Amino acid sequence: MALPTYATPLEKIWHYAYLVICASIFLFLIAPILIVIPLSFNAEPYFTFTEKMLAFDPTGYSTRWYDLLLTFGMENPDSVPRDGSWWADAWENAAWINAAKNSVIIGFFSTILATCLGTLAALGLSRPEMPFRRSIMAVLISPMIVPIIITATGLFFFYSATGLANSYLGIIMAHATLGIPFVIITVTATLVGFDHSLTRAAASLGANPSTTFFKITMPLILPGVVSGALFAFVTSFDEVVVVLFVAAHDQQTIPRQMWNGIREQISPAILSVATILVVVSIALLATVELLRRRSERLRGVSPG
Amino acid sequence: MSDAQADPALTGPLTTADGRPLKAALARAEARSKRRAFFLVLPLLLFVVVTFLMPIGQMLAKSVNNSGFYSWKDRDAHVNVPLMVDLRGWFDDNPVGTVPDEAAYAALVAGLSHAREVKAIGQIGTRINYEVSGSRSMFTKSARRAAKLEPPFKEALLDLDDDWDDPKLWGSMRNASKAFTIDFYLSAIDRTRDADGNIVKVDEDRAVYVLLFKRTLILSAVITFLTFLLGFPIAHLLATLPLRHSNLLMIFVLLPFWTSLLVRTTSWIVLLQSQGVVNDVWVSAGLIADESRVQMIYNQTGTIIAMTHILLPFMVLPLYSVMRPIDPSYVRAARSLGATSWTAFRRIYMPQTVPGIGAGGLLVFILAVGYYITPALVGGSSGQLISNLIAFHMQKSLNWSLAAALASLLLFGVLLLYWLYDRLIGIDNLKLG
Repeated sequence: MALPTYATPLEKIWHYAYLVICASIFLFLIAPILIVIPLSFNAEPYFTFTEKMLAFDPTGYSTRWYDLLLTFGMENPDSVPRDGSWWADAWENAAWINAAKNSVIIGFFSTILATCLGTLAALGLSRPEMPFRRSIMAVLISPMIVPIIITATGLFFFYSATGLANSYLGIIMAHATLGIPFVIITVTATLVGFDHSLTRAAASLGANPSTTFFKITMPLILPGVVSGALFAFVTSFDEVVVVLFVAAHDQQTIPRQMWNGIREQISPAILSVATILVVVSIALLATVELLRRRSERLRGVSPG
Repeated sequence: MSDAQADPALTGPLTTADGRPLKAALARAEARSKRRAFFLVLPLLLFVVVTFLMPIGQMLAKSVNNSGFYSWKDRDAHVNVPLMVDLRGWFDDNPVGTVPDEAAYAALVAGLSHAREVKAIGQIGTRINYEVSGSRSMFTKSARRAAKLEPPFKEALLDLDDDWDDPKLWGSMRNASKAFTIDFYLSAIDRTRDADGNIVKVDEDRAVYVLLFKRTLILSAVITFLTFLLGFPIAHLLATLPLRHSNLLMIFVLLPFWTSLLVRTTSWIVLLQSQGVVNDVWVSAGLIADESRVQMIYNQTGTIIAMTHILLPFMVLPLYSVMRPIDPSYVRAARSLGATSWTAFRRIYMPQTVPGIGAGGLLVFILAVGYYITPALVGGSSGQLISNLIAFHMQKSLNWSLAAALASLLLFGVLLLYWLYDRLIGIDNLKLG
């Protein structure tokens, strides 16, 4: 946005002031996320930059907190050398590794569930002849709007009555429910620009409905489905309240472990987990962005 | 001509090739495609009913029904054992306000000793303790001796604990023996019942819930306003820059959106705590003295800052999607007609962004009202919201019915706003990134 040539001096000053304001808001948005990365390499157990760190003294930096993520909870963390049995011990007993395993298992299955059901429903919802379209859509989106504490409270009562409490199945179902709105929103957004004459053409050439779906519809909406699935995975991977309410004590996930860490004995190890998660989210964001561009190219919408 | 008259297809109603009337055939085809669309949605709808609507329904049921006083679930035999049968009979026979007579005390003693037999006395005491504090120990203590008591039961019970003739206690036992009660909603809005069953305000020092509802609304409004204040300039910048540049800058908005909530909350703790980065910078810059570091976390300030940061993308994205298609020639036309840049902005540009402000503001407000994690971690005691109190009653005080009543009130408010959002903006216009 260039400044018009007829701008008065006051307008010029305001224009540059405006750019500075915007820059500081962008800084406000991004700085808290990036600040944890250098701090996670702190050699001291503090949450601020030490003088050695500011002087870029190598002794001020260390990877001890990342090491702690591996060793915390192990039976023999100090056995040297770190051979196969040491790694087996870490894989079996380290608290963070077990939490990561749980998070991935729960996230994977709830994503599959949410994506399959959500995509199917989005296909139905984007048909113009769908009855009660608006109200059904409102019901299906509501898990995203209803405060998580209310959902968790309801699930607590429901699961204790039906025996689903403390089970993986219960958490997976709850997380799938929370991820479904994201799948529906992204897939219906992809279907808005969908050219229905393509499926009719396929049908007129003799393809049956399932062939039409897998050969014509699916490849076109795939970018939307994948980014919906990523949203659903992130929702599950970041969810802590439902897990706190309905999971058993030994069912730790990464966010739950972080939650406990922040509430009880906050140590820089939390920052190293945070750094890993930031790197993961950068990767996810890049994937979604690439998918969006691919989808726009496929559908012939203006290139981003 | 005569041929045409003989052919019914040309004179009668239009038909399809197989001879059915066209209207009926079309209606059938439409009904079939309607069914087909509906069957695609059905599996998900059923799934959401089971994992979302039924739990919420159960929570609503819990908020008006607490069977702790009159029913005990035997975990081993899987049967429900009725409790306090005689006393409930006495309540049915005598109207509200009747002074309990010897028959009532006899029924109470029988109920107490039976409850102790089936190990349900703790549950009964807990249920009454919600309304009359301190009564739990009274119930367990008296039940231990109930089997050995001799008539007259009134004197015998009063010998054990002289609070047994408290009219408030009898009033709450009467309430607790009904299947349907609104008492938990009364507690949730700082009301209670006196001995005669009238609804009165609770004591000033015990009234917390209305205050907390008010604080939740005020803090959410402040946060919504702040996100608007910060979101509007950058949404405007993103919308006016060429797409290549704005897509790059959009990363600044989307990366926080994709980053774990707990990571962002942790970062704010790191930044704002009194030995944290912000305070360190201020001290080393000489802005504040080392002794007078500012407490910015574990209080309302911390909640506001962290939640503003977390909810900012939800304001920027709807604003951006409304601002992007606004034609810049309107503002140029206003300028060429002699408007100052401020007038052109206020009278021409701003009104066109109102749908985006409405969408973003409502979304942020809805999300802020029910926020739990961030206030719980950085809110200290002054930055707690109503969600935190629900969690407290679920996990610590174990007054589940009160938690359910508070949650139902919150749910009602959120659904009202959600309905408004759907009415004004339309839920299918919700965009993510």
